[in-house]
Amino acid sequence: MSVHLQVLIVVIPLLAAPLLVLLRGATAPWALATAVSWSVLAIALWLVAEVQVHGQLSYALGGWAAPWGIEYRLDAANAMVQLLVAMVAAVVLPYARLSAGREVDPEQQPGMYAAMMLLLAGLLGISATGDAFNVFVFLEISSLSTYTLIALGRDRRALTSAFRYLIMGTIGATFFLIGVGLLYALTGTLNMADLAERLPAVASTRTAHTAAAFLVVGICLKLALFPLHLWLPNAYTYAPSAVTALVAATATKVAAYVLIRFLYTIFGIHFSFGELPLSQILMVLAVIGMLVASAVAIRQPDAKRLLAYSSIAQVGYITLGLALGSVLGLTAALLHMFNHALMKGALFMALGCIAWRVGSTRVDQLKGLGRDMPWTMAAFVVGGLSLIGVPLTVGFISKWYLILAALEQGWWVLIAAIVISSLMAVVYIWRIVEIAWFQQSESRDHTREVPLGLLLPTWLLALANLWFGIDTRLTIGIADQAARALIGSAP
Amino acid sequence: MSAGDALQWMLLIPLLGAVGIVLCDRFPNLRESVTLITAVSLFICAIGVLGDVQAGNTPLLRLAEPLPGIVLGLRAEPLGILFALLASGLWIVTSVYSIGYMRAKREQHQTRFYVCFAIALTGAMGVALASNLVTLFVFYEVLTLSTYPLVSHAGNRNAVQGARIYLGILLATSIGLLLPAIVWTWHLAGSVDFVEGGILAGKVGPVEAALLLAMFVLGVGKAAVMPVHRWLPAAMVAPTPVSALLHAVAVVKAGVFTLTKVVIYIFGTEFLASIPAERLLVYLTGFTIIAASVVALRQDNFKRMLAYSTIGQLSYIVMAALVLTPFAEIGAALHIVAHAFGKITLFFVAGAVYVAAGKTQLSQLDGIGRRMPWTMAAFTIGALSMVGVPPTAGFVSKWYMIAGAFQNDLYFVLAVLILSTALNAAYFLPIIQRAFFRPESVPPKTEHGEAPWPMVAALVTTATLTILFFVFNGPVVGLEKAIVNLP
Repeated sequence: MSVHLQVLIVVIPLLAAPLLVLLRGATAPWALATAVSWSVLAIALWLVAEVQVHGQLSYALGGWAAPWGIEYRLDAANAMVQLLVAMVAAVVLPYARLSAGREVDPEQQPGMYAAMMLLLAGLLGISATGDAFNVFVFLEISSLSTYTLIALGRDRRALTSAFRYLIMGTIGATFFLIGVGLLYALTGTLNMADLAERLPAVASTRTAHTAAAFLVVGICLKLALFPLHLWLPNAYTYAPSAVTALVAATATKVAAYVLIRFLYTIFGIHFSFGELPLSQILMVLAVIGMLVASAVAIRQPDAKRLLAYSSIAQVGYITLGLALGSVLGLTAALLHMFNHALMKGALFMALGCIAWRVGSTRVDQLKGLGRDMPWTMAAFVVGGLSLIGVPLTVGFISKWYLILAALEQGWWVLIAAIVISSLMAVVYIWRIVEIAWFQQSESRDHTREVPLGLLLPTWLLALANLWFGIDTRLTIGIADQAARALIGSAP
Repeated sequence: MSAGDALQWMLLIPLLGAVGIVLCDRFPNLRESVTLITAVSLFICAIGVLGDVQAGNTPLLRLAEPLPGIVLGLRAEPLGILFALLASGLWIVTSVYSIGYMRAKREQHQTRFYVCFAIALTGAMGVALASNLVTLFVFYEVLTLSTYPLVSHAGNRNAVQGARIYLGILLATSIGLLLPAIVWTWHLAGSVDFVEGGILAGKVGPVEAALLLAMFVLGVGKAAVMPVHRWLPAAMVAPTPVSALLHAVAVVKAGVFTLTKVVIYIFGTEFLASIPAERLLVYLTGFTIIAASVVALRQDNFKRMLAYSTIGQLSYIVMAALVLTPFAEIGAALHIVAHAFGKITLFFVAGAVYVAAGKTQLSQLDGIGRRMPWTMAAFTIGALSMVGVPPTAGFVSKWYMIAGAFQNDLYFVLAVLILSTALNAAYFLPIIQRAFFRPESVPPKTEHGEAPWPMVAALVTTATLTILFFVFNGPVVGLEKAIVNLP
């Protein structure tokens, strides 16, 4: 049984999705989806432990040996991604019962849980597989379910946001597919390990360069790297709160993982950063994204939108780390992937609590909430401090590694950019903290704290921000292992 | 109790105190007792740790290891325990004073006030006992964030604005300069531990070392070296007990203490002496001293004048540390104590005058010495200590600083010290004259005498300490000789 866990982590949510549509009401689908997400988390934890012992696990789908069959290959990097996806899902789904219960029509709820399961299957599939075309398949599964989920938002602008994301996402997926197709034409294989072996021989061909260009642009669209981020703010703002928390914490991280996998494992570091000037291009875009998105975030009137822009800036940090092309930089990128999922998850869930009570997440509606909903706002403060990078939170750990990685190569400009962007984070987070704790509301009636069903999951993620900021053996250990394996795997 | 356990309690006592204060929210008398008991037990615990330090028993207490190779750890050493004793001892006095002040002013959110105070003390203890730069940074930020609600306590537009400047400057400097400086140190030396003689010698060129030192000096915003001093006058919107303990002792001393530690235990005085550009920072602190004194001369608001005086006095300490001679380092350590006693007295006086007479401006103080003789006598002692006149604490530290400057033939430092003494006299002595020798220009709206007795008791205590330190500074000097390896 345990050998099949590698594939079961994808198959279980995939099979749960059609079952959920058949169920009636809201409670039964919710219970099943939650159970699935928890079992997925258990499997992910088991797999992480296995990977830490064995280094790499391989599974031949349907018993067809690679390179003919589809191979599922798990190492430290994707085990970490699976863990973060499973963790966030396991926390968001219990939260969804109340949160989505108020924000989504009852008859649409089974469908929503089904879409969430498909999203989970897609994201886990992307990180499970060792086959380039298979990545495309799961990318489409996850993207299509995300479009659906975003369109469920109460605000009618949710529909146009979903449509916009659909157009952009489809372009990205098409680019990705073209890239994979070119690689197949060039090498005759789709297996990642095989591709990595055969590509060096044809590395200097124009086809290889073109393939890389299509792939990188396609993935960066999904990653929402500046300037390909236009779909993100609206999508995050108008989606139901639980969906935003789930998608914001996972989708872009998985895209970052795909970028790392293609640049480091498949193309190899010499091709990506030597033959092609990708290091420089990504670095410049990352820095601009960090600065511009943070600056835009400061002036947003809606807290959800503010955090969405902050996400674009944070994607910049991750991209910056992986563009440095060093073990330290890659460790920083992987750590920040994990850590950013925790902080944004907690922050968006806290906003979900506010939306549940107040019905809006506009910044001027938050006045006096520190007194009315102290626990929710305290969780928001914890997430915010983590985003800023205050010590004893996860944000500090990733920032430490990122600065250290930039310092190792003497990139003072990057350090300045990281610091300035962090300071802008202080401004936009503190703007909300100040309004919530130190201003009195005139228009809004006094509200009460949200029920435990919302508060507990939110605080679970908030505490994870502190826990993994103090006891970092798991996260740093596995990120370091992954970074070494990825750099070592370069030819 | 072993030495390691005692260190642990130095953090746990104020934290447990904070929990106790929350639990006693509804019972003000019980709540204030919790604060007092916590402060006293913290001080006793600090004395216990002092005994361990004097016995040479200073184990490393490991709390966690958040980054590979970097532990969050505590270790007592002579400079740190001095700061811990100072902050915890004055916390007792300040708590007595706060009770008088907060109740007389009928302040809102008193529980939040006492809780944040206790957490701020945890931060101060952590800074004092940190065994390396990262641990210090952690508690430095705890101190920043826990004092933010205290500064914005009043909750009005003015307070929120002041608190915004306070937090903005302190976070910007610490994240923008201090954190990169710490990461850089780790990158260069492979260590961030405080080690006697420093860890950077031979690992960094003179230009980079000067840059790194500048990043530390400006990154530790709490030391208020110009141009990062603006937060201190802004913080004066806080209730006076906060200004007294935190913005004359715990927070600002955490800043200069951090810099002294960086100079002695990260760079090492011998290594720094070989860097020519280090002198530029001496000049910067000298400029801060003079400029702050000149600005203080022009202030009419009592607390703002004290804030600018503090900025100048803090730079005394940083400058003395950067003189790099044994006597100057001792002078820096002594001035941390001497200035604390004197300045907390002055802030207590400012608060007492505000509570009793409702006066906040210096120009209103005509003849007030006759109504509040104890208070203004304490003010006189505090002011004399700022100027550095015997028999007050300020004279002792100034003596060592001057001796230190002579050891290094740094006549610039001498000139600054002399000029600053003159300026200090110029803005403190007229106030004494005004209070005691001028008749009241306008009679007060209501007849008043001294402030409530807890406040008077507190300020008399600290004024007495200011004088006692002049006479009994032997043990402190003896303790601090260890940091410069003097017999």
